[in-house]
Amino acid sequence: MITPALVLSAFLFVIGAFGVLVRRNAIIIFLCIELMLNAVNLTFVALSRVVGIEGQLFVFFVMTVAAAEAAVGLAIIISIFRHYETVNVDNFNLLKW
Amino acid sequence: MIDIIFYVFAALALGGALGVVAGRSPVASLLFMVLCLGSVAGIYVLLEAHFLAAVQLIVYAGAIMVLFLFVIMLLNLGHDYHPDLKAGFWSAVSFAVAGALFGFLGRQLWGTWPMVPEGGDSVAALVAQYGAVGAIARPLYTEWVVPFEITGILLLVAIVGAMALAKRRV
Repeated sequence: MITPALVLSAFLFVIGAFGVLVRRNAIIIFLCIELMLNAVNLTFVALSRVVGIEGQLFVFFVMTVAAAEAAVGLAIIISIFRHYETVNVDNFNLLKW
Repeated sequence: MIDIIFYVFAALALGGALGVVAGRSPVASLLFMVLCLGSVAGIYVLLEAHFLAAVQLIVYAGAIMVLFLFVIMLLNLGHDYHPDLKAGFWSAVSFAVAGALFGFLGRQLWGTWPMVPEGGDSVAALVAQYGAVGAIARPLYTEWVVPFEITGILLLVAIVGAMALAKRRV
C-alpha cells in the first residue's frame, strides 16, 4: 500500500501546485498550499512504514508549523483586505517590477 | 478489503483536491478541502498512523479549516462567485508546470519505491508495544525534545504575530 499512497500524494501535491498557479483568490491559494503540505505529510507517513517512526514525528511538526502558518497568513490576508478591499492577488502589485 | 477501502479514500481525496481548485465560491473550496483532509486521515489509519489521523481530524479539519471559514465570513467572501481562474498564457504555463512536476514525481515514486521491501513491521511492532500514542510520544519526549520545545516558541511567536497583524491599530 506504500506505493499507491506515494502516487496519491504526488497527485495531491501537483493539484495543489496547479491551484496555486491558476487561482487568483488569495484564500484559495492558501488552501492549495495547505493541500501541498498535506500531500507531503502523506508521503512522510507512507515512508515511515519503511524507514521508522520518525516520519510520523516529522508529520507532527509539519502540522504544528502549518497551524502557525495558517494563523499568520490569514492575519496577513485580513490586513491586506483592509487596504485593498479585495483578496484578488492581481491587485497586489506593489512589489512587482 | 483494505485495498478497496484505500482506493475509496484515495478517490475521495483526489475528488476533494480537484474540488478545492475548481470550486467557484471559497466556502465550497473549503468544504472540499475538509473532505480531502478527512479522506487522508482515513488513509493514515490504514498506514498505522492512528494518532496522526486523530490529530489530522481535530487540528487540520477541525481547527485550521474553521479558522479559514471564520476569515471567509469575516471578509464576507462567501458569495464571490465570479470565476477567478487565470486565463491564456498563465493557464498554459500552469498546465505545463503541473505536468512536468507530476512527470518528475511519478518517475521518482514509481521507479524507486517498489524495490523497497514492505517492512512496516517496525512501526506496527512499536504500536503494538506502546500503543498508538506511546509509539510517537516516546521518541518525541526523549530524542526530539528540543525541536518539540522550539515548536512551543514558534506557536507563541505565531500567536503574537497574528494578533499584531490583524489588529486595527497598534
